[in-house]
Amino acid sequence: MTKLAQWLWGLAILGSTWAALTTGALGLELPLSCQEVLWLLPAYLLVSAGCYALATVGYRVATFHDCEDAARELQSQIQEARADLARRGLRF
Amino acid sequence: MASLEVRRSPPRSRRELEVRSPRRDRYSVLLPTYNERENLPLIVWLLVKSFSESGINYEIIIIDDGSPDGTRDVAEQLQKIYGSDRILLKPREKKLGLGTAYIHGMKHATGNYIIIMDADLSHHPKFIPEFIRKQKEGNFDIVSGTRYKGNGGVYGWDLKRKIISRGANFLTQILLRPGASDLTGSFRLYRKEVLEKLIEKCVSKGYVFQMEMIVRARQLNYTIGEVPISFVDRVYGESKLGGNEIVSFLKGLLTLFATT
Repeated sequence: MTKLAQWLWGLAILGSTWAALTTGALGLELPLSCQEVLWLLPAYLLVSAGCYALATVGYRVATFHDCEDAARELQSQIQEARADLARRGLRF
Repeated sequence: MASLEVRRSPPRSRRELEVRSPRRDRYSVLLPTYNERENLPLIVWLLVKSFSESGINYEIIIIDDGSPDGTRDVAEQLQKIYGSDRILLKPREKKLGLGTAYIHGMKHATGNYIIIMDADLSHHPKFIPEFIRKQKEGNFDIVSGTRYKGNGGVYGWDLKRKIISRGANFLTQILLRPGASDLTGSFRLYRKEVLEKLIEKCVSKGYVFQMEMIVRARQLNYTIGEVPISFVDRVYGESKLGGNEIVSFLKGLLTLFATT
């Protein structure tokens, strides 16, 4: 099953459960407060997902490691390499 | 008193094992190049240094796509310096793309492991012994360098670039759940037969090709190990990540999402 298919299945199952519960198709008598929460659940989840995404990406950008040492090391190795290669007869 | 010892030769099966003990591992580095006259000698020097210092058996295969800047000439000089058992030149007439460059290079590779990397010094050969160590440790089919985990990282990226990178990676993780943290990276070690199999199955180009390789690898149940690497981007200043690249990345991502 492709990832798209998995997502569609998942959404279909959750969606139909939600629809069944909110339209009372299952004949369940839920207390009013439950019904209110249920009705807004998809919106809540969407907003939470958005916040999670922003927070995660924000955190990862903030902690993205800057390799200063690697850059410095590379620079000095480039000098070393050029000198050594010239000695070995490389014409740049 | 001399003792009479009857020395029995080891059972036949053990003798066979000893004779057939593993051939020495050999690592072939595939270096597709296009206009890398400046960087090629440096990357080769660093490769030779890393391999010699670790006593690793290697060869470097340079696949130049008809570079107009004289890359091929420099490659020939390097072959004279380091020997043609270490440096192989397999040039092509014109710029033909990465997947076919790998195929072309692999036809002539004598190693049982293949390392792919960029020739512009953004990938440092010092990580290759770590890749090899990791591969042996977990008997992995693939070892991928990652900029996003451990003490992996990047040099030379501004905030905007980092945001795009992390954002794209987050989206990729959510949609594809690939089991590897850095999908667009191209610094990897593969078992030769694994790389051959994967290239056969992959259809995309560019960034997306590297992503597709990992996704297909997971489909085929290959094991993937990761090693944090540092990516030193000296090119970013000149070639900013344009809208075009982002669009084609998204198209590629959605294609993989819908087809794998």
